[in-house]
Amino acid sequence: VDQASFVQHAVLLSLVLFALGTLGVFLRKNVITVLMSIELMLNGANLAFVAFSRAAGTLDGQVLVFFVMVVAAAEAAVGLAIVIALHRHRDTLDIDAFNVMKG
Amino acid sequence: MDAILFYAAAALAVIFGLLGSPFIAALQVIVYAGAIMVLFLFVLMLLNVKREADAPGRGARTLGAVAVVLVALLFAQAGAVLVRAEPGPAPAFDASTRRMAEILFSPQFLYVFEATSILILAALVGAIALAKKEL
Repeated sequence: VDQASFVQHAVLLSLVLFALGTLGVFLRKNVITVLMSIELMLNGANLAFVAFSRAAGTLDGQVLVFFVMVVAAAEAAVGLAIVIALHRHRDTLDIDAFNVMKG
Repeated sequence: MDAILFYAAAALAVIFGLLGSPFIAALQVIVYAGAIMVLFLFVLMLLNVKREADAPGRGARTLGAVAVVLVALLFAQAGAVLVRAEPGPAPAFDASTRRMAEILFSPQFLYVFEATSILILAALVGAIALAKKEL
């Protein structure tokens, strides 16, 4: 694979992934789908890190991806636990049903 | 949706491998395609969710507009960077697991690395406390 153009395409793909994640967060109404969209955004950011790390020839981006993955795992665990608690209280996953704190 | 995210994670692992990062590729398979996806599937199974209407509700038009504006901004900024960038020959690159370990356990990142274990422990305790029956 021609690495230089491959890096550019990888950055473009990471943009698309991040954009799809953003649209999912804003437009979907199911809490679990929103969480999945956040994971998609993190994946896109990770891909950009790896691509730029490859282009620069340094490993700092890879280390950053490692830490992003750790935080993503923690976020998924706590987020899904919150979803379970929410579902127990409201018996729905509709994001508009959780509006107690709404001003 | 879950299957889509699974395939996206698995395909990304292949791309990481092609970009010369076998360690990150393995991590992607284990953490994303393994742990996180299983967590999502487990919660979906646990909640026994009914098929809910996913029709856009009140304010969806505004939210959609905001999202489209944000995405357009992102593409404009990144496009400007990508157009100006002159891709030279890719430099020599060694992201083997041995090199990654040497960096992660170097004094520069050792304490951050150890702090992640505390973060994971906190997330573990928090998840159990949140998902407990009586809250």
